[in-house]
Amino acid sequence: MTTPPRHRFQPGTVIDGYRLDERIHHGSMASIWRVTAPGGGPTPLVMKIPRLGEAEDPAAIVAFEVEVMILPTLSGNHTPRYVAAGGLAAQPYIVMEWIDGRSLRAQLDRMPLPDEEVASVGARVAGALHDIHSQHVIHLDVKPSNVMFRESGEAVVIDFGVSRHDRLPDLLAEEFRIPIGTGPYISPEQVRRIRNDPRSDIFALGVVLYHLSTGERPFGNPTSVAGLRRRLYRSPSPPRALREDYPEWLQEIVLKCLEVDPNRRYQTAAQLAFELQHPDRVVLTEAAARRRREGIWASTKRYFRMLGEEPDPRQSVAGHLARAPIVVAAIDLAQRSEALNEAMRSNLRDILRAAPAARLACVMVLKTSRIGMDVTEDEEGRNLHVKGLVDLNHWARPLGLPPNRITYHVLEAPDAGAAIVEFAESNHVAQVVVGSRGSSTLRRYLGSVSSQVVALANCTVTVVKTDDRSELAES
Amino acid sequence: MIVALLSDVHANFEALSACLEHARARAAERFIFLGDHVGYGPDPERVLEVLTNLVGGNGIAVLGNHDLAVTQRSSASMQEAARAAIDWTRKRLPAAQIDFLAGLPLTAEEGGRLYVHANAWAPDRWEYITGVFDARRSMRATPNRWTFCGHVHTPALYHMTDDGRTSAFVPQSGVRIPLPVTRRWLAVVGSVGQPRDGNPAASYALFDDESALLTFFRVPYDYASVARRIRESGLPTGLAMRLETGA
Repeated sequence: MTTPPRHRFQPGTVIDGYRLDERIHHGSMASIWRVTAPGGGPTPLVMKIPRLGEAEDPAAIVAFEVEVMILPTLSGNHTPRYVAAGGLAAQPYIVMEWIDGRSLRAQLDRMPLPDEEVASVGARVAGALHDIHSQHVIHLDVKPSNVMFRESGEAVVIDFGVSRHDRLPDLLAEEFRIPIGTGPYISPEQVRRIRNDPRSDIFALGVVLYHLSTGERPFGNPTSVAGLRRRLYRSPSPPRALREDYPEWLQEIVLKCLEVDPNRRYQTAAQLAFELQHPDRVVLTEAAARRRREGIWASTKRYFRMLGEEPDPRQSVAGHLARAPIVVAAIDLAQRSEALNEAMRSNLRDILRAAPAARLACVMVLKTSRIGMDVTEDEEGRNLHVKGLVDLNHWARPLGLPPNRITYHVLEAPDAGAAIVEFAESNHVAQVVVGSRGSSTLRRYLGSVSSQVVALANCTVTVVKTDDRSELAES
Repeated sequence: MIVALLSDVHANFEALSACLEHARARAAERFIFLGDHVGYGPDPERVLEVLTNLVGGNGIAVLGNHDLAVTQRSSASMQEAARAAIDWTRKRLPAAQIDFLAGLPLTAEEGGRLYVHANAWAPDRWEYITGVFDARRSMRATPNRWTFCGHVHTPALYHMTDDGRTSAFVPQSGVRIPLPVTRRWLAVVGSVGQPRDGNPAASYALFDDESALLTFFRVPYDYASVARRIRESGLPTGLAMRLETGA
């Protein structure tokens, strides 16, 4: 590495009206400054200035181009808000929101972190990745230094310099002959120069979770291409080989993220977040208890199977997410219309058939009173909860889903509609299917759970109705 | 300013009207026609009337191979349906419109942009750009950052680094694509009047010359009525089928 050239930027320098206040980072690709917007401005901002010049890394300029192309297309709390960019003709720069929070990298000093904290960090980062994927962007460089947490605890993913937007040209497609990413975290398919698979980010997050929970990196820190390629055929040591008391559910999750074949990983970051948020619902396989690394034979077989699969150049992030949604069936066990139950299941069958990697969460709400004691504290409450799970299981049995595609949730809340909406939001649910009975006058005045869900949920809501006249009612 | 880029209108007045309306609703102030304004379709007079008016303002039109053929005595080198359409067109166009076509330039340039019908390396030989090799050849033949062309009736976008590494991209309708000055860009805007990529909707693009954002669009229009008029007018019926299938 050459000595950095003497810099012409210093505190007080003004670029296109932005005043440089303090340099907060100086890397090989770019330096980052706190800046004040023209005319002050209330929100704190940062300016990223790429390092350009003869002796500099040629990747710096492409990374800058890519970030300027992609960051303005992103919105929401999980990415820094784009403010402005200056072209390459004059002084290139990009201005964005300053994230007032801490970097995940700072947590590496405390490794290994408690399992619950690993799950919480993982769920929040996975949620952020799902949000980015939903906007057609694959990050492709997920690592602790690219993850920040806002004061609120929300994860923010930064640095889109090697990212891919699947509806924009890939400026890195022909740029480098070597894999693009960061050694310890890069996915096997990125090593093979495939840049259109959102599950690459799930692999990288798996590396982060492994590292945070064991203190070790699953694939070390290789610096050569041959070293990177090793992860295509060599599986990592299971965390339980490193830590006696490592929980099986966490190992199940982490090893699933680290599968060489993307088809064997979580299919979406939302599904990964879901498992991390519900550790007690994780279906354990043989991998969960493993204490020894997989034999070279098993790994090699998988490697060749994967090589045989041609990457699909037309694969889109949106298409991928559509094949693997999380679907909620909001079930009201108090209503006794078997026709409505069957109509709901029939609807769900259609959805699950069209989206073969979908997961179904069956949800019911136990009503609690708005004031007064929480009924679940007593024995009766616990019994109601267990009975709810039993009933949900029974309700969903005709769907014939394997255990790893379905979960059951009994929520306790005074307001059923609000509880369903909140569950959908915190679990990155793509679609809610809810039943609705008839259109009685009373219902029109009081409002129904289904109409409340339709009004408040941010996802697709399907309201299933039946013709009441055909009902051979039980009551 | 928002610049509308329209190519291969091919005498399809309905498709052109739909694109112009679509572009004006998106604040387009300037209209660039990238050649092959006539041939194939049933409405060459009305299309050229619109063009003449726009070019009389701040618009630009360049010459396409079909336009050239109409101005010449013979179109023997063309395929049968194309030749039949050219002969049909030539017979009905007033002299003033023939003169308008004959006076069109092969290329036009402004603000780092090249407008050309087929390619930059030999605009009068009408060779097609069908992949990264042709695209690179064309981008290397012009000092302009951005090339906008037609001729190939399928929208495509190519980009090249300063040292010649070139990639192809299939654009989607309605997505704004930044075309930064750090590299060369070549956009094939597709065909207004006779798309051939399986989608019968008219194809055109808008370029914002301040932000260097390019957006490809597919615009629906009543192709069934145009196909019917092709059949009624004595033009080869295969041309009507092309509009219906977009192939």
